[in-house]
Amino acid sequence: MNLELITQLGYVVAAALFIFGLKMLGSPDTARRGNAISSVGMLVAIISALLGQGIVQYEYIIGGMLVGGAIGAIAARSVAMTAMPEMVALFNGFGGAASLLVGWSALAPDAGAFTLTTIMFSILIGGVTLTGSLIAYGKLSETISGAAMTFGGQKIVNSLIVIGVLVSAFMFINNPNDPNWLYAVIGLSLLFGIMAVIPIGGADMPVVISLLNSYSGLAACAAGFAVDNNALIVAGSLVGASGIILTQIMCKAMNRSLTNVLFSGFQSVSTTVTEVEGEIKPISVDDAYYVLEAATNVAIIPGYGMAVAQAQHVVKELMELLENNGCEVNYGIHPVAGRMPGHMNVLLAEADVPYDQLLEMDEINPRMESVDVAIVIGANDVVNPAAREVESSPIYGMPVINVADAKTVFVLKRSMASGFAGIENPLFYKDNTRMLFGDAKESIGGLVREFS
Amino acid sequence: MAGAEYLLFILMLSIFLGFELINKVPATLHTPLMSGANAISGITVVGAIALAGTENTDLAHWLGVGAVTLASINVVGGYMVTDRMLGFFKKKED
Repeated sequence: MNLELITQLGYVVAAALFIFGLKMLGSPDTARRGNAISSVGMLVAIISALLGQGIVQYEYIIGGMLVGGAIGAIAARSVAMTAMPEMVALFNGFGGAASLLVGWSALAPDAGAFTLTTIMFSILIGGVTLTGSLIAYGKLSETISGAAMTFGGQKIVNSLIVIGVLVSAFMFINNPNDPNWLYAVIGLSLLFGIMAVIPIGGADMPVVISLLNSYSGLAACAAGFAVDNNALIVAGSLVGASGIILTQIMCKAMNRSLTNVLFSGFQSVSTTVTEVEGEIKPISVDDAYYVLEAATNVAIIPGYGMAVAQAQHVVKELMELLENNGCEVNYGIHPVAGRMPGHMNVLLAEADVPYDQLLEMDEINPRMESVDVAIVIGANDVVNPAAREVESSPIYGMPVINVADAKTVFVLKRSMASGFAGIENPLFYKDNTRMLFGDAKESIGGLVREFS
Repeated sequence: MAGAEYLLFILMLSIFLGFELINKVPATLHTPLMSGANAISGITVVGAIALAGTENTDLAHWLGVGAVTLASINVVGGYMVTDRMLGFFKKKED
């Protein structure tokens, strides 16, 4: 029997399983099985590749798979759900690095111009994904400052790097025997990944991480062209498409274009301070309890601050007490709440909050008028009414959760410092807003004690 | 093997298919979607296997082994963490 044919048929089966698995990810009921089916697809693909012609040394392959698999398994078991953005960023980087190495390794003396071009793509995208993801990881884990790092002439420097990469790649394709051009492509790609991510601030990370996710897929796709392998092309482009869609959703949720996120940051707009009328009205845990005790409909709007305070479990406790008190509780999740798409949903799911109580922004907004108390936990820009009311505001036009429409709004906040975007939030000064200052976990813990 | 135009044809079809599939994933599952996609991008392991295991120059061989290792982190870690996360998602029981 022809082994090559078996390998190719194996890839067809694997691709079908990936597609089917992703399709089942369309509903929370079937998602877990979908993921399992996708992993079976991967197993089929790997076995098919091992059967492929010309493989003579299995020990190194198996060794590499065991080492990598063990690292992956340990990471997957030990990571805290609050740290998922960092972990996904790091994994994106590994994917990029693997594609870079595959592209490099696929260089053969007899390679034609088309293959060399795809190898250059694979190295370029893989290299940018690797270092870009490492910087994103550093920012998310706060190993390096999460602030946008900008300097004069940044655009010029970046343009020069891009031109340098393109020229080096062109020279290498025409002189494949001169490895210096290859090293230049690798070095400049790695440098470009760093330069591309440092000017992007912490609050824009959902966009960056989605985009890097897409790059890791596109890098695999380019590597697929380099080694002439269908499985890589199909799987890589599925991942690429997924990342691009998430990137679009994130940009739309911030009412910003991708170019705006990637190249400008918020730094230029933070100067437009608008005078806000009204005064801050703090509330004590005691008084907040009396209001909640009388409420029949509560909406909880979480943000990154909930993850930082690790407050998701105590939030769930409060939700149960409210429900036992005959109150309806829902959550309003803004698409860019947190540091990656769906970050809040995973945290709350881990705390045993049923997913049908996690409402998207478009579902919760029409209901907001019938809500007695909206509790904002560690969110700021995503509930800022300036996005609707103040035309001069830098976030004007961004879709937000209209918490001010609720009868009462509780804002849990550490202090009066403004959000990541550095934008004044008129919500805090509204007549129906009460500020519950302090650590979110402690404040909610206090409410839980009052109830029980 | 196949020519470039055939590979491009596959690329075009799978990108469109990817858009159709992913558009249907609800926002609540976006994090597992990303980590699951991460695992799938570990498909590079398949390309790396061929390079690590064939008669090749030393450099190409070791680059291939490195790629196998890195991509395996993605595959195993990605699928396991996605499974762990999806295990949390429960419907309201009543």
